Amino acid sequence: MIYADYAATNGAPPACVREAVARYLEHPGNPGRGAHAAAMGAARAVLDARIRLARFFDCGDPAHVAFTSGATESLNTAITGLIAPGDHVVTTLYEHNSVLRPLYRLEAQGARLSVTDGSAAEIGAAIRPDTRAVVMTHASNVTGEILDIRAVGRICAAHGVPLIVDGAQTAGILPISMREDHISVLCFAGHKGLLGLQGVGGIAVEGELALRPLKVGGSGMRSFEREHPAQLPEALEAGTLNVPGIVSLSAALDEIGRRGLSGILRHERALADAFERDVAGVGCVRVYRNSGRARVGIVSLNIGGMDAGRAADRLFCDYGIQTRAGAHCAPLVHRHYGTDSMVRFSFGWENTPEEAAACARAVVEIAREWGEGGRI
Amino acid sequence: MRRHLIVAFGTTTMALMMEHMCRAEGMPGRLIPLPREIDAGCGMAWMAEPEEEEALLQFMTRRQIRYERMTCVTF
Repeated sequence: MIYADYAATNGAPPACVREAVARYLEHPGNPGRGAHAAAMGAARAVLDARIRLARFFDCGDPAHVAFTSGATESLNTAITGLIAPGDHVVTTLYEHNSVLRPLYRLEAQGARLSVTDGSAAEIGAAIRPDTRAVVMTHASNVTGEILDIRAVGRICAAHGVPLIVDGAQTAGILPISMREDHISVLCFAGHKGLLGLQGVGGIAVEGELALRPLKVGGSGMRSFEREHPAQLPEALEAGTLNVPGIVSLSAALDEIGRRGLSGILRHERALADAFERDVAGVGCVRVYRNSGRARVGIVSLNIGGMDAGRAADRLFCDYGIQTRAGAHCAPLVHRHYGTDSMVRFSFGWENTPEEAAACARAVVEIAREWGEGGRI
Repeated sequence: MRRHLIVAFGTTTMALMMEHMCRAEGMPGRLIPLPREIDAGCGMAWMAEPEEEEALLQFMTRRQIRYERMTCVTF
C-alpha cells in the first residue's frame, strides 16, 4: 500500500509524537482551570507549544499564538474577525473553501472581493484605499504551486493592508517568518506538514492587530465579566483546548527540527518532480500546474477524459495507491484549469523514490489502457 | 495568617510566562489560584514573599512581563 495523500493529512504521526501524547494522557488536566498539578501540567505543556511555535514561525510573542481546531477555524477567525461587510478584500484563485466560503458569506453581507491569479503584481494592482486585507494561501492544495507571500507581504506592508496567510499546505514544509514575510495573521493546521494530530491548529497574530473572536465563552479568568477577555491568546481560545493535539505539535516540532525544513522540502519536491517527469510524457495525461512557480510535493492530473474518481479508485483497488480525487474544496483552481476534478498525488517524508516511481507506472498503465480505448 | 506579595496578570498565559521565566532564572515564588482579595472569579496569580517586591519588579521590567497589579495580601 502506498500513501500519497499527505496534502489531506499526514500519515501516522512520528513515534515521538505518539509517545508524547500517550504520556500526557496518563495525567491530563485542563489548562488555565486551576493551579493544581494536573491543570498546571497541561498549562505548562500548552505554553511550551506556544513558545516553540512562536519561534518556529518567527512570530515574536508566544502570547500571540492561539490554538484552534485547525486551519479552517483559524481562517474563519481571521477573516470574519478582521473584515467587515463594507470592506474590500483581495484574494486568489488558489484558495480553499475555508477561505472562499467565509469571504463569500461576507460578500453576501456587502463586502467586495477581488480574485487574482496569486501573483504579487496582480495582488498589488488589486489593492485599493478601502482594501481591508489580502487573504492568500502559501501553496495550492491542488497544484502544489507556491505563492510568493514575501513579495505580497512587502506590498501589503507598503499599503498598510494586513496579510492573512493560509499555511495549511506549507507549515512544517516551507520556512515561514511572520516578521520577514510581513504576515499579519498566519493560519495553520496541525495534522499536515506539522506532523501533529488531527483536530488541532493555530492562528498567529502579529503586533497589535485586533481580531473579533469567532466564539466566546469559558476563559478561566474574569468570569463575572459579561465580555470575553480581549487579550491574546485567551481572546481566541474560548473553551477547553485540545491539549493532546497541542502536545503533539511540540513533539512534532522536535521531529521537524531533526529532519530539517530544507531536507523535507527537497525530499517531497524531488518525489513530485520525478513522478511528474515520468507521467508527463504520456499523451493523454495532463498535469495541472504553472511550471513557472516552485512547488511543494503535490501533483494533480487527469488521464484523458477519464473520471478522476474512477482513476483514483482504480489506483487504490489495482495498485494499492491512496490518492485524492475530486475538487479538493478549491473550486476556483478547477475553473481556472477548466476541470471539475483531478487526481491528486501528494508526497510526504515517508514516501520513497521507489513509491513515486510505482505511482507513475500505475498512471502510465492506466493511461495506456485509456488511450487504447479500453474500458476502465 | 501572614502577608504575601501577589502579582496579578491580564491573562493566564502571561501568568504562565511569569512562571516559565522565573523558573529559568531562579526567581522566588509560585503560581496560585487568584485570591478573591484581588479579583473574584478564576485565574492565577504569582505569590512571593513581600520582601521580594523590588527584585520581582526589576525582573518583570527586564523580561517585559506585563502585569496588572502587584499588592500585598494577608491570608
